[in-house]
Amino acid sequence: MKSVIAQHLVKTYRDGEVKALDDLSLDVEEGTVLSVLGPNGAGKTTTVRILATLLKPDSGSASVAGIDVIKHPDKVRELIGLSGQYAAVDETLTGWDNLVMFGRLYHLGKQASIKRAEDLLERFSLTDSARRPIKTYSGGMRRRLDLAASLIVQPKVLFLDEPTTGLDPRGRQEMWGVIEELVKGGVTLLLTTQYLEEADQLADEIAVIDHGKVIARGTSDALKSQVGGERLEVIVDAAHIAPTTAIIEKISGQKAHLDEALRKISAPVSTGSLALMDVLRALDDAKIHPLDIALKRPSLDDVFMSLTGHAAEEEAKA
Amino acid sequence: MKNAIADALIITKRQLLQLARVPEVLIFSTIQPVMFVLLFRFVFGGSISTGQPGGYVQLLMPGIFVQTVAFTLAATASGLAEDMKKGLIDRFRSLPIARSALVVGRTLGDSLLNILVLVVMAAAGFAVGWRPTASVLSVFSAFVFLLLFGYALSWTGIYAGLAVRDARTVQNVSFLITFPMTFLSNAFAPTTGMPKALQYVAEWNPVSTMVAACRQLFGLENQFGATANSFPSQHPLTTSIFYMILIMVIFIPLSVRKYKNSSN
Repeated sequence: MKSVIAQHLVKTYRDGEVKALDDLSLDVEEGTVLSVLGPNGAGKTTTVRILATLLKPDSGSASVAGIDVIKHPDKVRELIGLSGQYAAVDETLTGWDNLVMFGRLYHLGKQASIKRAEDLLERFSLTDSARRPIKTYSGGMRRRLDLAASLIVQPKVLFLDEPTTGLDPRGRQEMWGVIEELVKGGVTLLLTTQYLEEADQLADEIAVIDHGKVIARGTSDALKSQVGGERLEVIVDAAHIAPTTAIIEKISGQKAHLDEALRKISAPVSTGSLALMDVLRALDDAKIHPLDIALKRPSLDDVFMSLTGHAAEEEAKA
Repeated sequence: MKNAIADALIITKRQLLQLARVPEVLIFSTIQPVMFVLLFRFVFGGSISTGQPGGYVQLLMPGIFVQTVAFTLAATASGLAEDMKKGLIDRFRSLPIARSALVVGRTLGDSLLNILVLVVMAAAGFAVGWRPTASVLSVFSAFVFLLLFGYALSWTGIYAGLAVRDARTVQNVSFLITFPMTFLSNAFAPTTGMPKALQYVAEWNPVSTMVAACRQLFGLENQFGATANSFPSQHPLTTSIFYMILIMVIFIPLSVRKYKNSSN
């Protein structure tokens, strides 16, 4: 059964000037994790906001746990948890204050709200800081508290919009651990991210979106095999980029990609280590000494590159 | 409906908790009006003759009460803008609660804060010679009207906060409006000294009508505002009630609509 279904969603901003979603469709099987992967501005947040009843699409339809989000937003709100890009909690209040308040707003009753708050604080290792104002929390702690707030009523479907954006590597690892625990508990999760690594780590399925459209979807492995097998990467001095590119393209038989900043030339190869040796030999004949040479399994970065023609991170920075 | 009220009260409680967690806010929001009482009482008090018993402070206190409740709309607006920016509004909107809860809860919280501030100011006024001469009931009703006036104005703050979305900007904008409004009135000095055009503005200014109404309810003659036999200076309380209703009729639906569509 599908827990989340979005069909032909279109959303434009500023009177049609900016097209955030352009006929976007996706679905999430119950009890699985779908990662919506794409650069900034691809339409990830807009998708989540529509599914979480915060935004109405211009056209298209969507349902969560079988309920139409446009016709019955109130019913949907009782079944979902949402944790956004920013830690949406009251910073002047303590962690305990926040969770009890949200419990009361879910109409849990006073005692049940307190009990739930304490359970969640314990589960997310926040008991020690429960009585401190959120503004004294680290970024990772804030996100965990925010996530806890979205779990007050055991949501059927959980939406996490870029849960680790802006966190340091340690905070990110902790957050991944927490999310993996949740997934084991059986929640249906739709997670957006611009980190390919994150999608790879957490998701059962990945939907790659760009310019408001799903441009590919499948498991991480399926997407990787879509790009082809291994890639050969060579880093050389600036002076040798052109001849090296020619050698690689000749052996690979496909167009090479040049990362100018890193002076890294890469291309897909089908013959694995044989290709590596061929390239080394050809470079040696040409008296070019590579600074680095490697054979890599394709990453989701490569997937994104081959699907969109631009790197995910590049656009994210812009 | 019952849930809507319960939800709003939880938001009100949140605001009280904020005050408990950050007591500086409470201290400064009471110190400022008390400072105004003392400054005006002792700086202008000697040079403005009122022709009424009790001196300037009798006329001053209603003016400062009105000014203070008007100034709280800046706090309403900036608090809400802050919630918008932090994404807190999105979280509230994704909860199964009444759409009105957040904004209604906040206006109630602001009223509670106003009660406290008015009590502290009344005490400060009493200490420097303010003595209302009307009956207890009349004085009490003046405070009720002050709270209602503050409540009506807090809806303009709600709307401004939702529309501007930046706490510092909306706070500055609010002061740019409330500051001249409270001074272009009969609150601190007679309007008769103003240029003719400004006199009309001052006379119809809701701050003036509210100040005049309070002066009457405290047992004074309102000579500061009575520059002509115009309707607002003859019937300050009626005019004030009309203004309060007008403000709420305009700004409550506008705010609720703005809140509902705040992400569209």
